[in-house]
Amino acid sequence: MSAVAALIRKDLRMELRTRESVPSMFLFSLSTFVLFRFGLDRETLAGDLASGVLWVTLLFAAVLGMNRLFVAEREEGGFDAFLLAPVDRTSLFVAKATVLFGFLVAVEIAAIPAFAVLLLGPSPFQALPGLLAILVLADAGIAIIGTLVGALAIQTRARDLIVPLIALPLVLPVVIAAGHATSPLFAQAGAEALPARWLGVLGLYDLVFGLLALAVFDFLLED
Amino acid sequence: MFGRGLRTLSIASLVLVLGAFSLVFFYAPNDADQGFVQKIFYLHVPLAIVALGGFVTGGIYAVRYLMTGDRAHDLRSYVAIHLSLILGIGVLATGSIWAKASWGAWWVWDEPTLVSFLIVFLLFACYQPLRFSIDDPERQARYAAVFAIIGGAFVPLNFLAVRLAQSLIHPRVLSTTGGDMPGSMRLTFLISFLAMVCLFVTLWKYELASKHASMRLRRLRRALAGDDAAGPLARTAAPTQL
Amino acid sequence: MAPAIELEDVGRAYGERTALAGVTLTLEPGRTLAVFGANGAGKTTLLRILATLLRPHAGRARVLGRDLPAEGWAVRGRVGLLAHDPLLYRELSARENLEFHAQLHGVALERVEALLDQVGLRARADEPVRTLSRGMAQRVAICRASLHEPELLLLDEPLANLDPGAAEAVEPLIGRNAGPARVVISHDVEHGLSEADLVLGLRKGRAEFVAARAEVAEADIRALYSAPAAAREARA
Repeated sequence: MSAVAALIRKDLRMELRTRESVPSMFLFSLSTFVLFRFGLDRETLAGDLASGVLWVTLLFAAVLGMNRLFVAEREEGGFDAFLLAPVDRTSLFVAKATVLFGFLVAVEIAAIPAFAVLLLGPSPFQALPGLLAILVLADAGIAIIGTLVGALAIQTRARDLIVPLIALPLVLPVVIAAGHATSPLFAQAGAEALPARWLGVLGLYDLVFGLLALAVFDFLLED
Repeated sequence: MFGRGLRTLSIASLVLVLGAFSLVFFYAPNDADQGFVQKIFYLHVPLAIVALGGFVTGGIYAVRYLMTGDRAHDLRSYVAIHLSLILGIGVLATGSIWAKASWGAWWVWDEPTLVSFLIVFLLFACYQPLRFSIDDPERQARYAAVFAIIGGAFVPLNFLAVRLAQSLIHPRVLSTTGGDMPGSMRLTFLISFLAMVCLFVTLWKYELASKHASMRLRRLRRALAGDDAAGPLARTAAPTQL
Repeated sequence: MAPAIELEDVGRAYGERTALAGVTLTLEPGRTLAVFGANGAGKTTLLRILATLLRPHAGRARVLGRDLPAEGWAVRGRVGLLAHDPLLYRELSARENLEFHAQLHGVALERVEALLDQVGLRARADEPVRTLSRGMAQRVAICRASLHEPELLLLDEPLANLDPGAAEAVEPLIGRNAGPARVVISHDVEHGLSEADLVLGLRKGRAEFVAARAEVAEADIRALYSAPAAAREARA
């Protein structure tokens, strides 16, 4: 079994056992939807506003996930155990990014229907195919950045503070692109076409930061 | 080690800055639309270009540090980013003043470069807190380098995304008379830009030399009078050893 | 056959503090090095350097014939570390932890079962590690350290928290006659000395002495734990 698979399996097992990340991320999303309803003083949203609220909420939920990603490694000696094994160190990055991506998908499976029920004005079904494409690309970007920032922050004193501070600006292009891509899908009059150029931006972002992360991650594990 | 050519650079900076000031006030013409206040452009744009250049330079030295392990590169990276942050505050402040004078609002979201700059600034503003929160100096340098590289790569991507996000119909708010700058403006801008670059490099070298001197002083003190003579190192974001 | 460990003036700093300096020794395959020293003397730092977790800042270090840190990748997987921390995920069971390590090291899962039997933890192998006592967790950690049949064992107080029965059970895995070369940190002077071929005494990061067992007296080791002036007096 490859190292990446072993690591992913271990993390999924831990999550199933502790049920820490995914439920919290989901509940946090729900609370945020309620907050937005009152903060914006609107009962239904469409277009730009709906898109923005959805993406900001998903982003904040992702930050929760980022904070937890490396905690077990840090507190239970997992880094050492991994570093002692004769495996490529970037496999830890790939495994963790995949796990974070998985968590995001799991949360979205529940949170987007919740969003559709609670706040979204127009029907979501027409928007679904386009939304899926955007979600895949955007989640990949958030997962890459989240894993990098999580690993960066885990060895610092103020780790829960550093993660959102660093992650939010870095993820901003993803939010911009995903938000712009999603807003026509939530148009009041019915889903419009998905502007493909934003998918291009997301793809480019994922590619650049994915490669960068692979190049740079080793240095975060060395001592 | 870092102080070579400092005197020449200082004199050059002084000359260029004075030259730029005189050109701005006595030579460059007043802008047709915005009047005198447009002249802040000669401060704002060079500040922005040099600050961004400083961030990218910090990233480049970070790469060199990771590749060679030579902490002098880490020090150079740190000082470049640190200075660029200070310049960045200047960019945002002058941009704000310009916006207020031209358009009556302290901030304009329609100016993509300014918005991109704000995001980059917010990111790099985390550089020092990140460093400060790591005790082990070697780890601090390494993590800071990784961060600087990510930040450096982020700059172009960010500008692209924000640019695309602005509707192309919106006119550039904070610009001069389009791409055709009259010769006098072009010259003034060039001198202002050169002055800013020279000033940045001079300040950069000054800070490098100063930090290096403190390090050597501390090392000497400890070597001569024992490990306890210099007192324990306070927690700091800046590199403390080469 | 190349020595298990060759250290020449190895050192490591932590900021301005010297964690380790001037350590020079050679350990032949199959032999045991006992490391003694007070807290903060640099024992753990030395162990972590040998495990390739830390890079030496000075001197030359060769483990199993490979230079560190340049060839560290070739050493990983041939070295087993038993640290102060058991390095186990507390929410997973002993079996799951060991299976995870087996997968990382490319070891057959049957070996996990064999080891669990060996240390007498078959019955509790499926309970989360956080429910195990310190002694049991230590036994699992010992399994983890020897799972991949390393050529060099790095043991930080291996018998801490173990009752005599357990100590006997782990003997074939990490004991003197288990096979691999060993570096053992111990505060049990008598026992540690009796098992050693080579002895290293550390004080404040510096090697106070490196000698064969026969040349070292218990008093020398006890002197490491007291203040320098008293130590000189004791040796005089």
